[in-house]
Amino acid sequence: MMLQKLLLLSFLVFSIGLFGVLSRRHIVALLLSLELMFNSINLAIISVAWAHGWLAGVVVVLFGIAITVAEVAVGLSLFLLAERIRKTTQTDDLSMLKG
Amino acid sequence: MTDLLFWLFAALLVISALGVVLCRSLYRAVYCLASALIVTALFYLLLTTPLLAAVQILLYTGGVLTLVVFVIVMTAQTDDNRRWRKPVWAALLAIAVFIVLASHVGDLGVSPATGGLESGKDTGIELFRTYIVPFELLSVLLLAAIFGALVIARKEEGS
Repeated sequence: MMLQKLLLLSFLVFSIGLFGVLSRRHIVALLLSLELMFNSINLAIISVAWAHGWLAGVVVVLFGIAITVAEVAVGLSLFLLAERIRKTTQTDDLSMLKG
Repeated sequence: MTDLLFWLFAALLVISALGVVLCRSLYRAVYCLASALIVTALFYLLLTTPLLAAVQILLYTGGVLTLVVFVIVMTAQTDDNRRWRKPVWAALLAIAVFIVLASHVGDLGVSPATGGLESGKDTGIELFRTYIVPFELLSVLLLAAIFGALVIARKEEGS
């Protein structure tokens, strides 16, 4: 029963984060929502690993956390660059690639 | 006892997650995210992986969120004035994704009454025996990310 409850909880947090990614306008707020989604995925992986006794799940989550750190560092520096060059913090104003 | 703790942590996690998405001030959103990450670390403790809980608090809450707060301090606009883009459609899509995910919860097998993970020592052995190549590749990735972040965010010469 515990596994089902944990999975439902992490899916709920994932959906909340998805709402944030789709609807927030500030780039940093979007990154924060992305972190939330990532965190809920980690929780789901650990729940399944815990229920079945898979040690590999712990290793996967450790790697995932390290990759997230790299992703956040690059994402934030891209945000600083966008702010300096385009003078904006809003995702709506970054539409250069829109056809 | 574990059941009570589960519901307490679950309520805290959902409230913090809603705070990240709904707060207008970015500072409040970051603090809500910190709370959500710490509650997740408590869940890791509940799931018998204290190593992950420590990594979560040290690396995630300590490292990443400090970085985010520094960047917010450097930006001019820290509030979302126009708040959401198409919130109704985004909420509908999020609810649809939740329903699809939740309908597959049963596919992952019935869990035993009490699971468990041999943590700490065994995790270290697994990490440095079976997964040594990905581990080393990860250090290369981190180095590349540091260089990338420095090059992207640096000021141009003379500007």
